Amino acid sequence: MAREYETVIGLEVHVELATKTKIFCGCSTAFGAAPNTQICPVCTGMPGSLPVLNRQVLEYAIAVGLATDCEITRYAKFDRKNYFYPDNPQNYQISQLYLPICRNGGVEIETAEGGVKRVGIHEIHMEEDAGKLLHDDWEDCSLVDYNRSGVPLIEIVSEPDMRSAEEVIAYLEKLRLIIQYLGASDCKLQEGSMRADVNLSVREAGAAEFGTRTEMKNLNSFKAISRAIEGERERQIDLLEAGEKVVQETRRWDDTKGESYAMRSKEDAQDYRYFPDPDLVPIVVSDEMLEEIRARQPEFRTEKMKRYREEFGIPDYDIEIITGFKRMADIFEAATAICGQPKKVSNWLMGETLRLMKEREVEAEDLRFSPENLAKLIALTDARVINSSVAKEVFEVMFEENVDPEKYVEEKGLRTVSDEGALRRTVEEVIAANPQSVEDYRNGKEKAIGFLVGQTMKAMKGKADPAAVNRMLKELL
Amino acid sequence: MTITDMTALQLAEAIRAGRTTAVEAAEAMLANIEAKDKKYNCYVTVDAEGALTQAREVQARIEAGELDGALAGVPVAIKDNMCTAGLLTTCSSKILYNFVPTYTAEAVRNLQRAGAVILGKTNMDEFAMGSTTETSAYGATRNPRNPEHVPGGSSGGSAAAVAAEECFFALGSDTGGSIRQPAAYCGTVGMKPTYGTVSRYGLIAYGSSLDQIGPLTKDVADCAAVLEIIASHDAKDSTSIERQDTDFTSVLTDDVRGMRIGVPNDYFGDGLDGEVKEAVLAAAKTLEEKGAVVERFDLSLVEYAIPTYYTIAAAEASSNLERFDGIKYGYRTGEYEGLHNMYRKSRSEGFGAEVKRRIMLGSFVLSSGYYDAYYLKALRVKALIKRAFDDAFARYDVILGPVAPTTAPRLGESLADPIKMYLGDIYTIAVNLAGLPAISLPCGMDGNGLPIGLQLIGDCFQEKKLIQTAYTYEKARGAFPAAAGEVE
Repeated sequence: MAREYETVIGLEVHVELATKTKIFCGCSTAFGAAPNTQICPVCTGMPGSLPVLNRQVLEYAIAVGLATDCEITRYAKFDRKNYFYPDNPQNYQISQLYLPICRNGGVEIETAEGGVKRVGIHEIHMEEDAGKLLHDDWEDCSLVDYNRSGVPLIEIVSEPDMRSAEEVIAYLEKLRLIIQYLGASDCKLQEGSMRADVNLSVREAGAAEFGTRTEMKNLNSFKAISRAIEGERERQIDLLEAGEKVVQETRRWDDTKGESYAMRSKEDAQDYRYFPDPDLVPIVVSDEMLEEIRARQPEFRTEKMKRYREEFGIPDYDIEIITGFKRMADIFEAATAICGQPKKVSNWLMGETLRLMKEREVEAEDLRFSPENLAKLIALTDARVINSSVAKEVFEVMFEENVDPEKYVEEKGLRTVSDEGALRRTVEEVIAANPQSVEDYRNGKEKAIGFLVGQTMKAMKGKADPAAVNRMLKELL
Repeated sequence: MTITDMTALQLAEAIRAGRTTAVEAAEAMLANIEAKDKKYNCYVTVDAEGALTQAREVQARIEAGELDGALAGVPVAIKDNMCTAGLLTTCSSKILYNFVPTYTAEAVRNLQRAGAVILGKTNMDEFAMGSTTETSAYGATRNPRNPEHVPGGSSGGSAAAVAAEECFFALGSDTGGSIRQPAAYCGTVGMKPTYGTVSRYGLIAYGSSLDQIGPLTKDVADCAAVLEIIASHDAKDSTSIERQDTDFTSVLTDDVRGMRIGVPNDYFGDGLDGEVKEAVLAAAKTLEEKGAVVERFDLSLVEYAIPTYYTIAAAEASSNLERFDGIKYGYRTGEYEGLHNMYRKSRSEGFGAEVKRRIMLGSFVLSSGYYDAYYLKALRVKALIKRAFDDAFARYDVILGPVAPTTAPRLGESLADPIKMYLGDIYTIAVNLAGLPAISLPCGMDGNGLPIGLQLIGDCFQEKKLIQTAYTYEKARGAFPAAAGEVE
């Protein structure tokens, strides 16, 4: 009988913090500028330049630590990690090894069996990002863009507490939501503002010792993470079944091929010669600072769900979906505050919004329509200025371009026709043109009236109130 | 008295009074440099044109009443490890042979704001690693007191330039004695301020936790005036300290009555040259006669300072110097195969032997498995040394001792035996480990006519006590003979 294996997974998650300026200098962190336009002597490692810590980085790191049940290190330090690479202008990265800012935390995730499980967080540390190397095939040379050099990161190192891809995804979603709620990062895996390295080993079920682990890099989506975990689990089990050993190494996942390859083994692991950075003074987190950050912590999902239940009276299912995305919860609350109709706002989010997100592969963080415009759209339908199918049409445009629905309805002439005479004339024409359906209706086929309503709406280019059409048809028939 | 014989304060006063101009002063110094520097090699770069342009601008502003500072119009030399925008900054290393910074070190900017005129950049031991200015890639500097001898180091070019009257004053940097020891060897005044008093922004780092910029001057009054100008809180340097007590010229008073001076027995043991010992103890006697309370005591831990210093400084240096890789600026090897070969060749060819020795030493003490045994232990000893000084300063205002065990050695004697050279730092390096201020000033000559330096060490932020004591001693000592300075 085949042996049973257990997968043991720990994650190292890098999150790019949403500060305006870099971690040790005043350069902008904005994404997408021309190469080497957001640089200075500090973030290009010029001789004689010195780093000065951006306080916002520290505050975000502490906020994430508090939200993940960590102990905050009251006397923390930065250390230098020494290695030579051209994207790293000083040839050392300023990071934290000995006294990281947060330690011994954890978050709770829901397991597949419906239970709750705590995933431990070993530590969270602050560090600087490196520049970006670009290979120019035409000139056969490599170029460096230092715009990203010095962009602040936190690295969240979990304990090896996860046992499946599902748990990993649940953990990542939990982290992402917490960090998004804090506004500390947008956490987009595709754009690299959230990056996860997977440490994975397998062992025979019931074994006390961990197996040899590998570290998997280059995982750019939840799907890639799931696939890489499955792939690596199988690869390691195959090795063990064949009587071979797993080599401790770093591997790179190729999601298009669905396989990984070894980057470097433990034998060629570098000695980073970590030591405290003498250019930066130790960080002393005072009681006042800690209390200030604690007091500023936003309402997280659990409290939000509770409040929604009490305040808005919308279904639990809706609450779960809406609070599952920071951006959706923001839209919901702001639109509800304007129009005072939580149920209707929720319906738009649960219905059309989710449908279009799925259809057009849009992430919740990228939703473009404003809560103001959604409130206006609701007001337009309430006042019967447009009917519900026109409203859906308008919403699609809002979803893409965040148009002002009032202006859009006027410009495109989408108002419902309220002229009784025009409606009566159209209905009469439809009755005359569809004798068979009229016949069916009169013979008791109630459904036939639906077809006639549809024909009338079509003839009026959708700009009629379906209820009024229905009433008119019944009256004339 | 010719213009170049003046002190910086005297010159500035003469310029303000209209007796001379900043332009005349710069021209006179440039002429001195022209006449003498082939012999002494104090400068790596002389910016004659730039100096005259600055001098004209400063003179116009002085005449317009916009500038009236204590050093307005005075020509200065800057050690070549401080960045100067648009002016070559080499650290006396081949690896930075072509490096022109886009920014100016904060200490230098403070001087510029005060109207000082930058003459050029002075020679030094490569990356400030050395005690003789012989490790420079641009040739050794010679001691103006006797050109067969070294000027000391690493700020040897700055000290020699002051002694040779190739500038009115200079900036140096001191990581383990690099201002005080060359000041002693050349017969000038040099001061290392409390760590954090002068911004390190733009100072190319050697040992970041120990480096501090300070003045090299003809006398104590100039020293106080320069320090007053370069000391500032700088938000660009996290280790910079905000101080309200930087009016150092306010204590230029001839009075040490009641000043408690401790003379550590540890500083007068084996290895100290007899003439040096005699001169330093005579200086103590002079201060006692002026009313100071002088007492012998045991400082302890002195013998641990050298290994501790070389562990910490080398560790920091090994990391600080990683950025010099031939990629972004500076020297790159001519031919190479791939990235790592380029790194290796550029650095092997670009750094000199002493720098490589310290990079290797530093890399070793930080490497996995040795970190605790060496680096961490050195940090603990550093803390103990600080505590020994704390105990001493509970009893004394000032600690008095020699700067170096001997006077300036002959050229070529030191590098052959680096350990011996390192041991020469015994009296200066504990000051850097403890972050303390200390001043070096001449207190005599040996039989060969080479100057002997007196060192006064103060508690953190007690520069004023040092300046007052040094000033009082200087008054009692009388004028110190200038370097002979004849040029064949």
